[in-house]
Amino acid sequence: MAGGHVEGRVGGVGHLVVHGHSPVHRLAPEAKVVATFAFVICVALTPREQIWAFGVHAAVAISIVALAGVPTRVLLARLAVIIPFLTFAVLVPFVAGGEEVDVLGVGLSRDGLWGAWNVAAKASIGATASIILSATTSVPEILKALTRLRVPRVLVSIMSFMMRYLDLLVDQLGRMRTSMTARCHDPRWLWQAKPIASSAGALFVRSYERGERVHQAMLSRGFSGTMPDTEERATPGADWVRAALPPVVALAALLSAVVL
Amino acid sequence: MIAMHAPDGFLEAPVALATAVIALVFVALALRLSGRELGDRQVPLAGIAAAFIFAAQMFNFPVAAGTTGHLMGGALAAILLGPWVGSLVVTVVVVVQALLFADGGLTALGYNVINMATVTAFGGWAVFRLLRRVMPRNAAGVMGATAIAALVSVVLSAAAFSVQWLFGASAEVPFDTVFGAMVGVHVLIGVGEAIISALAVGAVLAARPDLVTGASDLDAAQLSAERRVGRRTFVFGGLFVAVVFATVVSQFAVDNPDGLEKVAIDEGFIEAGRDHALDSSIFSDYATSGVGNETLSLAVAGVSGVLITLLVGLGLISAARQGRGRAGA
Amino acid sequence: MSCTTIEVSDLRFTYPGSHHHVLDGLSASIAEGERVALLGPNGSGKTTFVLHLNGLLTLQFGSIRIGDLEMGEENLPEIRRRVGAVFQDADDQLFMQSVREDVAFGPANLGVPRAELDAVVERALGQVGAEALIDRTPHHLSGGEKRRVAIATVLAMDPHALVLDEPTSGLDPVGRRELAGLLAGLPQTQLVVTHDLPFALQTCPRSMIVSGGRVVADGSTREILSNAELLAANRLELPYGFDVSSL
Repeated sequence: MAGGHVEGRVGGVGHLVVHGHSPVHRLAPEAKVVATFAFVICVALTPREQIWAFGVHAAVAISIVALAGVPTRVLLARLAVIIPFLTFAVLVPFVAGGEEVDVLGVGLSRDGLWGAWNVAAKASIGATASIILSATTSVPEILKALTRLRVPRVLVSIMSFMMRYLDLLVDQLGRMRTSMTARCHDPRWLWQAKPIASSAGALFVRSYERGERVHQAMLSRGFSGTMPDTEERATPGADWVRAALPPVVALAALLSAVVL
Repeated sequence: MIAMHAPDGFLEAPVALATAVIALVFVALALRLSGRELGDRQVPLAGIAAAFIFAAQMFNFPVAAGTTGHLMGGALAAILLGPWVGSLVVTVVVVVQALLFADGGLTALGYNVINMATVTAFGGWAVFRLLRRVMPRNAAGVMGATAIAALVSVVLSAAAFSVQWLFGASAEVPFDTVFGAMVGVHVLIGVGEAIISALAVGAVLAARPDLVTGASDLDAAQLSAERRVGRRTFVFGGLFVAVVFATVVSQFAVDNPDGLEKVAIDEGFIEAGRDHALDSSIFSDYATSGVGNETLSLAVAGVSGVLITLLVGLGLISAARQGRGRAGA
Repeated sequence: MSCTTIEVSDLRFTYPGSHHHVLDGLSASIAEGERVALLGPNGSGKTTFVLHLNGLLTLQFGSIRIGDLEMGEENLPEIRRRVGAVFQDADDQLFMQSVREDVAFGPANLGVPRAELDAVVERALGQVGAEALIDRTPHHLSGGEKRRVAIATVLAMDPHALVLDEPTSGLDPVGRRELAGLLAGLPQTQLVVTHDLPFALQTCPRSMIVSGGRVVADGSTREILSNAELLAANRLELPYGFDVSSL
């Protein structure tokens, strides 16, 4: 369900970070972003038959989770996002063709079992990497990281505004829904969804009008089309080295897996 | 639905890389062109619109007997904001969902962006513009066009994923199974998307019609003109779409070369012996082994690919014309 | 000539797509250092007037002079610096990821070098008593805190005049009192659009009533608020039990 799993996070975007002062928290955000991508790429490239390599990847990921002090229940709750794909993975051995293997009296496709493993392993380890990033790096830090990594400033600014106003809009939509419920509107069927859809339309209008007002506020503070550059800070070299550790280990595992 | 925020490794590396490159090109274009359109309003408007799409995706609407569905919003974004801004906005949503919420793999961003932002926005916009020509020039006509465009956008998205699966499958599920399941399910999901999108656009038209880019050619008088889109049009239109897809999907359920393929063989369109059309090495072994009707699968994949490309291309052209028209206004 | 006089002459304005003259011959003259309250019923054009003072609406008819500058394209950057506008909804003005970045936004746009930004930001926050909020996220602030930071974002540009649109909306009584104290301590010329008549009396010796797009009364706040017919004619009402003469 597109974005549906986010719904549970009523706390919104500001509560993604798990508070802490671990070495992971303190690393420069741009180093973390690059490391996360590099690590996930290595995981995704690993051939599925080399189970031990995934063991290495998982060990790396879990040790970072522990180092960062992210509680297990938080990790598991956020991993819930991949459940639909785990479901898909579970179905594959039943659907796929080819040579069959007997598992607990049921004939499952051998290739299908490998396919299921492939999806499950990569999805869970990849998701864990993302979760580590968002649990140890605040949104402003991530945005600064993207800027330092030369992502076009306009794009980062758009993301910044999105993050800034997301909680507000979610609250507004929530309040609209609450007031509908208070008037005993409890729709169970699609044709009863008109008020919900209308409130979505109304929210769009309000949001757009806010966008116009924000633009006016920006103009009145001298904005002329380009977001100003308000800070500069060089990334400590040591941070790059520290952040490189997990992806380097993953890369070593990947290369060994491919070669062997 | 299930493959929409695909996780890492769901499609093999070459496809992930190729789609990432294509997505990057689209994002770069969208950034530049939406900037041209919106000027210095680009950052606040696109940012807040992205927040709106994100929020709208989070909330569920009832489908049946208590089960709920969620909006994808690509077509809606395109119809409200224009396809460049719309696709950019949904792209930002998809990227942030992957980066911050692990909703979608980081290595899957290429195909996730293409399927959820690019194909839905441009394909939806193309269908919307085509329908606007034949629908009544009033609010109901805009809503009707929105509904069908939204439905098609969702199905196109599923079809695009299936075609990508053909090239980059990571598990032994044959293309025809994936296509049938994805497209079949998304026709149903698309109905919800259609209705919610149409009603939402209706609400915006009622409050601030100038905010619906897709209806910018209509003035207030035209919008409130009577000639409603008959319910019959909807029913027949919906039935037609359903029949087309049922036909396509059912072909995969049939193991023997009955129906289309038999006709094709009889008429001499294909030689009976050529049934390893999918053996070509560019297709994933995982996706091609176990396929029921290989020739038909290839045909369906080909038609889907061509249709998606055609509609997205049409959307791009229409967007370019729209932009020029407004700049001149 | 002092560079902070605000001279508005015969301002007229209609929003596109409408036939209603929101501003219909509004003229006003505000001298340096004055504190003027802008009163009037809803829809009387007050917010439209505020937008004009920052060149956010294209001038259709009439003229605006800020000191020696005539309102026009080429003078916009300087006019926007001289006249700091604080809008009704603080969330519209705090759009960055941190208070620091929001307050730095204005001066950065003016070209203040990066090395000096921190000092400028701290000084502005100091003026509104919000130094402690510097690294906070704007959307987690309380209404009163947001209001103060919004004022700081404008003060950071070193304006000569402040225009505030409904600054007390959303504030509790303590917040209102603190805001009044804050404004009293700021040296800039102030134009306060407000519904809050006691607040106007507390902060602004002079008031103008705007109704139907023009100024219909202009004088001492105390006299205006004591004139029951004038208030009634313009849909203005003192709070229950409020007695101007007793203050």
